[in-house]
Amino acid sequence: MSEHFRSRIDLEFTVNGEAVELTVPAGRHLIDVLRLDLELTGSHAGCEHGVCGACTVLVDGQTVRGCLTLAAQLDGAEIWTVEGLTESGAIADLQAAFVERNALQCGYCTPGMLASAKTLVESGSVPSREAIREHMSGNYCRCTGYEAIVDAIETVARTRAGVEARVEAKVR
Amino acid sequence: MTIRFEDPNRPNSYIGRTVPRPNAGKLVAGRGRYVDDIVLPRMVHVAFVRSPHPHARIGAIETGAALAEKGVLKVFTGKDLAEICTPWEGKLAHLQGMKTPPQHPLAVERACWVGEPVVAVVGRTRAEAEAGAALVEIDFEPLPAVTDIRTALDKGTPVLHEALGDNLCFRKSNEAGEVDRVFAEAPRVVEATFKTARHTGVTLEPRVIITDWNGADGQLTAHVSNQAPHMLQVLLAGHLDIPESRVHVICGDVGGSFGLKVHVYPDEVATAAIAKIMGRPVKFASDRVEAFTSDIHARDHEATGRIALDENGMILGFDVDDWTGIGPYSIYPRTSAVEGLQVTNLIGGPYAFDHYRCRTSVVFQNKGICAQYRAVGHPVAVAITEGLVDKAAAEMGIDPIEIRRRNLIADDDYPKTTAAGLKLEGLSHHKSLDSLIEAMDYEGLRAEQKDLREKGVHRGIGIASFIELTNPSPFMYGIGGARISAQDGCTVRMDPDGSVVALTGVTEQGQGTEAIMAQIVAEAVGVSPDLVRVVTGDTRVTPFGGGTWASRGAGIGGEAALQAGRAVRQQALEVAAAMLQAKAGDLDVRDGIIVDARSGEERLTLAEVGRIVYFRGDTLPKGLPRELMQTRHFITSDYPYAFTNGVQASYVEVDTDTGFVKLLKHWCVEDCGRIINPLLVDEQIRGGIVQGIGAALFEEVCYDASGQMLNGTMADYLVPMSAEMPDMVIRHVETPTAESALGAKGAGEAGTAGAPAAIMNAINDAIRPLGGTVTHMPFTPERILRALGTITD
Amino acid sequence: MKASIGGYARAESVPHALSLLGEADGVGRILAGGQSLIAALNLGVSAGDMLVDITGIETLRGATLDGDRLVIGALTRHGDIARDPLIAEHAPLLAAAAPLIAHDAIRNRGTIGGSLAHADPAAEYPACVLALDATLVLEGPAGRREVAAEDFFLGLFETARADEEILTAILIPCARPGDRHVIREAARRAGDYALAGLAVVRREGRHRIGAFGLDDRPVLCAGAMAKWDAGDVDGMIAALAKDIDPPSDTQASASYRRHLAGVLLRRIAAELGEAQ
Ligand SMILES: Cc1cc2nc3c(=O)[nH]c(=O)nc-3n(C[C@H](O)[C@H](O)[C@H](O)COP(=O)(O)OP(=O)(O)OC[C@H]3O[C@@H](n4cnc5c(N)ncnc54)[C@H](O)[C@@H]3O)c2cc1C
Ligand code: FES
Ligand code: FES
Repeated sequence: MSEHFRSRIDLEFTVNGEAVELTVPAGRHLIDVLRLDLELTGSHAGCEHGVCGACTVLVDGQTVRGCLTLAAQLDGAEIWTVEGLTESGAIADLQAAFVERNALQCGYCTPGMLASAKTLVESGSVPSREAIREHMSGNYCRCTGYEAIVDAIETVARTRAGVEARVEAKVR
Repeated sequence: MTIRFEDPNRPNSYIGRTVPRPNAGKLVAGRGRYVDDIVLPRMVHVAFVRSPHPHARIGAIETGAALAEKGVLKVFTGKDLAEICTPWEGKLAHLQGMKTPPQHPLAVERACWVGEPVVAVVGRTRAEAEAGAALVEIDFEPLPAVTDIRTALDKGTPVLHEALGDNLCFRKSNEAGEVDRVFAEAPRVVEATFKTARHTGVTLEPRVIITDWNGADGQLTAHVSNQAPHMLQVLLAGHLDIPESRVHVICGDVGGSFGLKVHVYPDEVATAAIAKIMGRPVKFASDRVEAFTSDIHARDHEATGRIALDENGMILGFDVDDWTGIGPYSIYPRTSAVEGLQVTNLIGGPYAFDHYRCRTSVVFQNKGICAQYRAVGHPVAVAITEGLVDKAAAEMGIDPIEIRRRNLIADDDYPKTTAAGLKLEGLSHHKSLDSLIEAMDYEGLRAEQKDLREKGVHRGIGIASFIELTNPSPFMYGIGGARISAQDGCTVRMDPDGSVVALTGVTEQGQGTEAIMAQIVAEAVGVSPDLVRVVTGDTRVTPFGGGTWASRGAGIGGEAALQAGRAVRQQALEVAAAMLQAKAGDLDVRDGIIVDARSGEERLTLAEVGRIVYFRGDTLPKGLPRELMQTRHFITSDYPYAFTNGVQASYVEVDTDTGFVKLLKHWCVEDCGRIINPLLVDEQIRGGIVQGIGAALFEEVCYDASGQMLNGTMADYLVPMSAEMPDMVIRHVETPTAESALGAKGAGEAGTAGAPAAIMNAINDAIRPLGGTVTHMPFTPERILRALGTITD
Repeated sequence: MKASIGGYARAESVPHALSLLGEADGVGRILAGGQSLIAALNLGVSAGDMLVDITGIETLRGATLDGDRLVIGALTRHGDIARDPLIAEHAPLLAAAAPLIAHDAIRNRGTIGGSLAHADPAAEYPACVLALDATLVLEGPAGRREVAAEDFFLGLFETARADEEILTAILIPCARPGDRHVIREAARRAGDYALAGLAVVRREGRHRIGAFGLDDRPVLCAGAMAKWDAGDVDGMIAALAKDIDPPSDTQASASYRRHLAGVLLRRIAAELGEAQ
């Protein structure tokens, strides 16, 4: 093997605001680094081929699939997972809305859902329900049937934009 | 004392209200603890070499290269594990004539489906175990495969298990009245064929188990993503020759189950056997690709059905011949005959008629094993029934609502035993239909449909009435000899601070068990739900119970919780009465405070009762029981099952050029008896409907004629995603069961039971004027265009 | 499954990437967004690859104007293509295509170069570059060469790119006033690869049609284009059916896909004002 190719990679990046230094096998994808090396088990793997969205986390402010990103590609990156987003309060309103609306059952999809939802509600506008459904279409949920998730996101988008929520009627 | 459920202002009125789920907060924070999150000291990982052949004799197995691979610790074959683990047979004694051969944790002589585990490789990491598995060489001698359902019993078809004589696992016919005569004489007989595709559960969390054998204690511990911990405890003990008391099963957070995680899987038993051999913790975490071939499949029914009616559109009878292929083995311990059996019971379920015949033939094939999956048999039976009813209505020019009005069992006609032999305690088909019509503005939609039709837009409205089997008694499994508990129990304990712990045999899969148990116990004891902590899923800790299946949690486990909670309340009142020198009967507990029952005057806090009982028992009269802990168990006895009912409607638009279906809206009115938490029930129904939509439009495990799976990834097996799903309106009618004080029946499967039929009927309503109908699920764009005759080759 | 790779190296520049590829002894693989490659590695489709990560080569990212050509760097991500005003103005077809690809998280990393090099017959961009009459720029040990999109796609996941070459840029003739760009597809679910799709460019009365999901490679539908140019809509639909040779799979048969392509084309024609 050429000396320029490495089978183990030294990495430095920040995860949830904390600097991390670590050496991992070159083939290790981000979701395994988070779950196995950093013990951040809040993010999940559901398919490992990019389809289910359970592994969705934020890298440099954008959502990525943790299973389709090699950790080796993330030197210097800023990574946020549900643990850090919870601690920082960045998604507290989304989390509260998910609980209030029962937008989760088993909760396995939820961390990925929250990461995807975060980038949508950040835009400051109020997306239509169709736009929310479309935006969330890469995150699989077997339990909820999605409507409660759409409602929760709509509520947060409206509240953030200062428009009154209108889906509370479903919470009797 | 009875609870006045009808009075929303009664004290401690938590049952019937939306209260937040106690465990949701940790899940949104990513603080759940699913089995794959658990890492134990010295833990190793197992990966399986699975059969690439639908059917093959297993010859020499070469494991040297795998063992030489870095990080690989051990390799096990079927013969190795057969030495310490006995095989099983998924049979029930009351299912007469049922056959199935012994099944081992790893295939021993023959591999019988693509994905069957054959060799287990243990490595320090999953990656190392996989790398080792890739190096195992197995000498397979391919054998002829059985794949087609309808020809499985033909003379020319090879017999999958020679010792069984033929490919028939089970056959049963349920008959009443004079079917042949009635169908010969009926003014109108309508016939159709139906297919429901083979599905699989696709829980977002794949199956996962960690087993740990502690030789010093002679104890096996299993952390497992499962619905029925006590069942698994008993079965692991039996097959691994460990006393039941020495097997400890723990089910923490479970990432969805839907029936998929209520069965005994060979790879999971193998993991336990390996732990016993190696004496250290072993993790098996299925990946998605092996999930498609090794998780249970379901449905896969083909049926021919007939309905007979008189000239007024009154139903005279049903006659259905149902066939289903279940793979090479009947599932253990529930059997793979139950889905077919349910079909023979549930056809025509909502209607009043006298003549009935439904036969199911359950055959073996070289495909994945089929078993119980959310709404077992219901979607099949409802599709056949409602498909036939709608076809008859269309042929006779009767509106779909009207034909149901005429034939649904009258709301005051209960208790009733149906032609199929179901004992119904009390249902509300007509009230539910009224509510549905109002919710959806049926007439308005019909007018809109007509207008749009003139503009070339083809919309359809589909209705499906259904019944759902919940709260099963031992008639389902226990009488057949399976050690599956139909009763359930709850222990309620009050602690010194007046807070309450409830330990229940029912498990949490996300449906909200912990929330409803907290509500029930809160109301029963008289404290706020946030003072109730619920413990589930631990065989060492909770009362022995059945777990979660067949929509039994609320109805069975909930009643046990109610009774246990009231018993603790009574104990607290007796202590308080002694402390206050009052009569227990004159006191009440409201919101954690002992009050005078009549005036409501506050006398004592529960915390004070707790303090005295636990720390100053010396101040209480001698001989006064000073326990604040009670256990109650509950089992139904008057009816073998509590049936529920409901009706769904779907509004769709069919693009008749492309065959694409757009779901515009969906309605469901459902009667699950007493509602404990309206929000949770609604979301159960919504989630269930979307699984039913998957069945109607997307999901199908495809095999080729040789038995190879063609679409075993999430990119190819299509599950419902958010963009295509409609908003759903959910309403309820409440007809509580009188079997319990709580009056709750189940609601977990109603959505899945009715949705496929509603969508099928809606699509057919849209395309029937153009000359087509579809009855073969899923209704792909192509199948719709073929029905319309647009594509013919 | 867990991906098994032989080694990883980060390239600083195109020449560096080329030299790394040269060192890799025939098992070198360019890693761009990874949204196809890593999925394949996780599925065990290939193992032992030496990955040359080019994502750090900033010069390959973004769009610029070069006279009347738009130059899009190979590493430009789907999400950037959807949002870049320059692309919206000069190659609206690509701006319209990008949101049809997969989902946000995948669009945030997947690159146009990766999509074109991967050459999935059901992918949107390959059909778009055919319709746009684009030119692909390849750099290899022997230097730089330009390949017309029409000559680039050779078969199922097969292109004119040699293993040791890197796709560095896509050159697109800028849209002129009056040009029309339309892409239509039919996918079972939002973000899925389409069952069938068509990308159409009309320029000065002439049409170019790129088809995806309709053959073992993206197809420039020459027969249909000629009929359309001649104003024969029915003839165009008939010719389209002959231009393509669709696959059959668990989602749909070849006949269905052929029919669907005709429906899509008729709808695009109607949208562009053709009398039916
Ligand atoms: C769930 C899912 C859904 C998807 N849906 C769609 C869809 O609907 N439509 C669609 O078009 N795509 C879809 N994709 C694929 C996606 O668009 C990929 O991003 C794209 O195909 C590959 O781009 P990449 O940058 O990720 O390339 P990589 O995955 O990094 O590479 C892909 C291949 O191209 C080679 N390569 C990459 N860049 C270069 C280069 N500059 N020069 C030479 N060779 C190169 C690599 O060696 C590799 O063989 C989907 C992907 C997923 C996971
Ligand atoms: S695990 Fe990454 S998308 Fe499913
Ligand atoms: S809540 Fe279970 S998968 Fe979404």
